[in-house]
Amino acid sequence: MIIQTLAFYLFSSVTVFAAVMVISSKNPVHSVLFLILAFFNSAGLFVLLGAEFLAMILVVVYVGAVAVLFMFVVMMLDINIAELKHGFLQYLPLGGVVGLILLLELILSLGGFIISSQSQSSIAAPRPNINEVTNTEAIGNLIYTNYIYFFQAAGLILLVAMIGAIVLTHRSRENVRKQNISDQINRRPQDTIEIKKVTTGSGV
Amino acid sequence: MSSPIFPDLIPVIPEILIAIFSMFLLILGVFLREKLAEPLIRYGSLITIFVAFIILIVLPEGEALTFGNSFINNEFCIYMKALVLISSAASILMAREFLHMHQMDRFEFYILILLAVLGMFMMISANDFIALYLGLELQSLSLYVLASFQRESTRSAEAGLKYFILGALASGLFLYGVTLIYGFTGNINFNFLYSFFGDPEFTVPIGVIVGLVLIIGALAFKISAAPFHMWAPDVYQGAPTPVTAFFSVAPKIAAIALIIRVMIVPFGNLGEQWQQIIIFISIASMVLGAFAAINQTNIKRLMAYSSIGHIGYALMGLAVAAGPITSYAKDGIQAMLVYITIYLFMSLGTFACILCMKRGDRMVEEISGLSGLSKNNPVMAGVLTVLMFSMAGIPPLAGFFGKLYIFQAAIQSGLVGLAVIGVLTSVVGAFYYLRIVKIIYFEDAEEKFDRPIAPELRGVLLVSGLFIVLFIFIPTPIISLAEVAALALFPG
Amino acid sequence: MNSLLIEYLPILIFLGLAVGLALAIVTASLIVARQKPDQEKLSAYECGFEPFEDARIKFDVRFYLVAILFIIFDLEVAFLFPWAVSLGNIGVFGFFSMVIFLLILTVGFIYEWKKGALEWE
Repeated sequence: MIIQTLAFYLFSSVTVFAAVMVISSKNPVHSVLFLILAFFNSAGLFVLLGAEFLAMILVVVYVGAVAVLFMFVVMMLDINIAELKHGFLQYLPLGGVVGLILLLELILSLGGFIISSQSQSSIAAPRPNINEVTNTEAIGNLIYTNYIYFFQAAGLILLVAMIGAIVLTHRSRENVRKQNISDQINRRPQDTIEIKKVTTGSGV
Repeated sequence: MSSPIFPDLIPVIPEILIAIFSMFLLILGVFLREKLAEPLIRYGSLITIFVAFIILIVLPEGEALTFGNSFINNEFCIYMKALVLISSAASILMAREFLHMHQMDRFEFYILILLAVLGMFMMISANDFIALYLGLELQSLSLYVLASFQRESTRSAEAGLKYFILGALASGLFLYGVTLIYGFTGNINFNFLYSFFGDPEFTVPIGVIVGLVLIIGALAFKISAAPFHMWAPDVYQGAPTPVTAFFSVAPKIAAIALIIRVMIVPFGNLGEQWQQIIIFISIASMVLGAFAAINQTNIKRLMAYSSIGHIGYALMGLAVAAGPITSYAKDGIQAMLVYITIYLFMSLGTFACILCMKRGDRMVEEISGLSGLSKNNPVMAGVLTVLMFSMAGIPPLAGFFGKLYIFQAAIQSGLVGLAVIGVLTSVVGAFYYLRIVKIIYFEDAEEKFDRPIAPELRGVLLVSGLFIVLFIFIPTPIISLAEVAALALFPG
Repeated sequence: MNSLLIEYLPILIFLGLAVGLALAIVTASLIVARQKPDQEKLSAYECGFEPFEDARIKFDVRFYLVAILFIIFDLEVAFLFPWAVSLGNIGVFGFFSMVIFLLILTVGFIYEWKKGALEWE
């Protein structure tokens, strides 16, 4: 139990530290690296909660893919840090006030946190005992059948993302010579090679 | 583990149809030659919308729930979906010439509109917060891409990016609110929450109110109501004009449907909690829509502020619906639906005019470009004048009745102050609408706009103009349909 | 719950060891090694001459397209794991539910293939 508590404080404090560094570090590449650190530690927190599937997905998808994408974007934009930080102080009061309000709301709502007495009975799909049904299986039992609507909607959202990415960034380049496999295969020797008898001394 | 039950698919047929058709058209378009693909997919998408409309009408009457109560279809949803379909079909029609002129005629445009419509359908029919969020994201993602569809234009890219970042922020706020609600109640289903909050022993904890406020904030962003409107003018100005026309109607209608359903169904018993928020948003939108529009010189920007103002009037109906008396609440929603329907036609007509404003294959977006239109093209000048008078709410036209019903509902339920502010701001608003009329009729003529006007634009102009003029003679169909739709929200 | 966490204990220990070792090596080299920095030693080394420009250059937008397509299919695969685990429980319905999902993404895949988004040049 004590290890669990220690691990919780370790992961959560590193997550908060990394999150602060993401927005405050000067170099955007460092920000992305801190983001990865934050993802890893959140994955640790998920494991502590018993949600190991989510933890693994966080590592596979967020660390493996999203962070790489962020890295590309950071590289692509070629941001000038000094210019970006310019005006930071100007917006600090307003941003600070908004952040403070959100923090206060969080404290207020956590302070008044009463999980209603009915809420246990009202949960749509209670979590099965983790020692009998693994996390992954428990999710699998629900999302493809009970929540098929959400599942297919997620598929459509991914489709839109795909179309959007291609519409916005893909352009067909002119004057690029591509390999055309069917042309290559359909090429017959008699179309391209001509055999000539060369008489000696006269040239072709 | 009980074996899964196969869900009832009949209420979802329009959605499934749009999804299948849009995927089919996507594949078709990519296999066809570019020249052929664009017109074919355009017709295909119009046919899809038409078929979906027919199916929507012939769906069995009454309320239908499916997918474990996540999806609902009733008269209210059908009414709103029909409006969404009408406005998207009109936007597709109006887009043709513009897309062609700006070398943007890629078939993906229509696919994205279809997928956005699908997202709006899911939003309108959502009966729990996950379904709502997924619909919202499907719609928003398509809209972000559409906003930056004009790749050569920096303004268009800026519009898309701005919309995306602020939209993502709103989505974040929404999710935060939903988690708070879920944390306090343990469920996200709308019907469950309604009865949960209706429990007489239930005292509202502050966390639920915080969650409610965050959700209202996010939804207000989606309808671009006043304190959350910042994105609207820039996006309206930057996005390609047909996309702006689409933005000003279809997503707005879907988001209005959403805010009505979220406020009336899950939070219906917390009316006294959210009534003041809606009243504040309504007043702020009306005031901002009236005053900020005065100095605008770009007509698309002006339309953005005008739409913010109109949303403010429409929200007045929702403020009425917060009251405890169901008959007044129903009147409020009904007035709101009538208002939105009339707004749809006014907005489409105005954007058809804006799309006609081009000289030598270049779009004119300055309001001053309209000067002397009455001499160059009296018919278009006439229609635009009718539209502007209607937006200002001048009597025999449709816009007047929209406002009249809203104010009536507000006064009836005792929100006299709100109604008075509404009247005052519409007087201020009349100033800039009439200024356009003055520019059209009383200023020296500029060069003529390009002729001929595309047949689709002429059609939209004609239909919207006729609707606005003739509404006074035959208002019953719309009003009774809106009544049926509003009644569906208040069972029993 | 606890039995689950005990399974993860070796990973935690490993993590602790890794962090400890990394820290130990860095601090040891700081303490033990002689440090005599001068300007030449501290300057960036690029084949013996001064670097011309910032090491960061703009990437082509095509990298981004590849990355985002990768993420989309990564997510698709993420959905396959629980499906594979619980296929026995969810029956034919669950099976075809996934088939439809895959079909939707295959439509996108055909689109991007035909569009040439997967080709570099």
